[in-house]
Amino acid sequence: MISIKGLSKHFTTREGALKAVDNLTLDIKEGEIFGVIGYSGAGKSTFVRLLNRLEEPTGGQIIIDQEDITAMNAKALRVARQDIGMVFQHFNLLWSRTVAENIAFPLEIAGYPKAKREQRVQELIRLVGLTGREDAYPSQLSGGQKQRVGIARALANEPKVLLCDEATSALDPETTDAILDLLVDINQKLGLTIILITHEMHVIRKICNQVAVMEAGKVVEQGDVLDVFLHPKQAVTKRFVAQVMGEDETDSYEQLVGAYKEGTLMRLQFVGETTNQALISQLAKTFPIDINILQGKITQTKHGAYGTLIVQLLGADDDLQRVVHYISEETSVDMEVIDDAH
Amino acid sequence: MLTEWLPNIKLEDFWEATEETFYMTSLALVGTFILGTLLGLLLYLTMKGGIWQNKVIYSVTAVFVNVFRAIPFIILILLLFPFTNFLMGTIRGPSAALPALIIGAAPFYGRLVEIALKEVDKGVVEAAQAMGAKTRTIILRVLLPEAMPALVSGLTVTAIALIGYTAMAGVIGAGGLGNYAYYFGFQRRDFDVVLICSIAIVVIVFIFQFIGDFISNKLDKR
Repeated sequence: MISIKGLSKHFTTREGALKAVDNLTLDIKEGEIFGVIGYSGAGKSTFVRLLNRLEEPTGGQIIIDQEDITAMNAKALRVARQDIGMVFQHFNLLWSRTVAENIAFPLEIAGYPKAKREQRVQELIRLVGLTGREDAYPSQLSGGQKQRVGIARALANEPKVLLCDEATSALDPETTDAILDLLVDINQKLGLTIILITHEMHVIRKICNQVAVMEAGKVVEQGDVLDVFLHPKQAVTKRFVAQVMGEDETDSYEQLVGAYKEGTLMRLQFVGETTNQALISQLAKTFPIDINILQGKITQTKHGAYGTLIVQLLGADDDLQRVVHYISEETSVDMEVIDDAH
Repeated sequence: MLTEWLPNIKLEDFWEATEETFYMTSLALVGTFILGTLLGLLLYLTMKGGIWQNKVIYSVTAVFVNVFRAIPFIILILLLFPFTNFLMGTIRGPSAALPALIIGAAPFYGRLVEIALKEVDKGVVEAAQAMGAKTRTIILRVLLPEAMPALVSGLTVTAIALIGYTAMAGVIGAGGLGNYAYYFGFQRRDFDVVLICSIAIVVIVFIFQFIGDFISNKLDKR
């Protein structure tokens, strides 16, 4: 669907040349929600703006749906842009227009006749859940509602691709979740390919199929969201995974090891777990042991449960050994014995 | 009683002068709005980082604007006498004042337009570009509507400056309240005429200010 080869963007700053995007190659499949994560300055925003040439590439090639975006002249690019929706961090709505007029704007640009325009605007307002707010001005809307207008506007011309540049970064956590649900809904209903830029791993975990981690203009790690969560390779990826998997620093264990000297201390890692969610009660019923949950963070996603639990197991030595064997052999939960008092 | 307090006012002349002032101000304002908006757009579009970034056009426009803003209006009228004569066939009367009024006020308004356009959120322009909008669409459907309250309040400020200009033009033969105050009031030492002209001009200024503020507030949906 989208094929990016050797894409580069260099800026000349007072401090010298800056490679915001550096020889980047990626393939994105149709219907995928593709996340790009990185800290600020990693080049992810420049990257997404290169895709519709809001930023002119220094080098490389972008092909979207068999069309070479990089080779287009201004006129062809304008037409191609009508097939690429874009959602912005700060919404970028026209305050002088109502909700309905804002959504109608891309349709005016594409030359829809007026009657068809009104009908399409009504469909979109229903799709993003803004019924009844058609005649409100953006200044009368909440952040979440503004972003719904932004999304409706981006979808107006039935694009093949939706680019989301930090679409949820200006929103509170609850609103973020609602907007993400809307994006998943749109992805499923319309089969739209979504490219989503964010600095929050939570966003990637919640809705993306594929993720690319960017650092200093390059993709340092890329793959299935589950794989990246399970086996983060780069330091930057590990930091992002730790954002949602709970504290992953060893020094926080040392404190626990000192405080809980009895039994076995272990770390259980749930990665997209669906079958072993009831692990703790299962263990307690099956083995004559006590389980003490010391620390943990589990979150639910569409791929199952994610998170880490640190537990203390108390019981007879051979029972504890059987438990360790059981978890590692019979379940898909990742386990690590931190401290065995025996 | 009116004749007792203001013995030298001929109502007929006064009304004619007021009408001329309105006439000059209104027509000059329309001309200034058109020319000033074009100048402001040209400055905005060709500036560094603008949609049509062009150093030469920007510099030429900026120099034109600055030069005509620098010349005091009373001298500008004199300077433009040959031009006015060529364009209007005369240098006397309210219509003959229009070229100088427009050329005097448009650069001032042009700068106000440039400032108003710079205040438009760049993200909104970018959003329109991302939708595949042509530059013409961006100007007509994004830049001007989004800047409209500032354009209107700028026009109000310019209108008030223009009323002052018409009075100056009046002194050298353009008609209007300035003309009336100078020739029928000051020259004849009939100061009641000067006073009543001043009051009339203040009232006209207030009317323009009120209308301008009203429209600007009405347009502002932020």
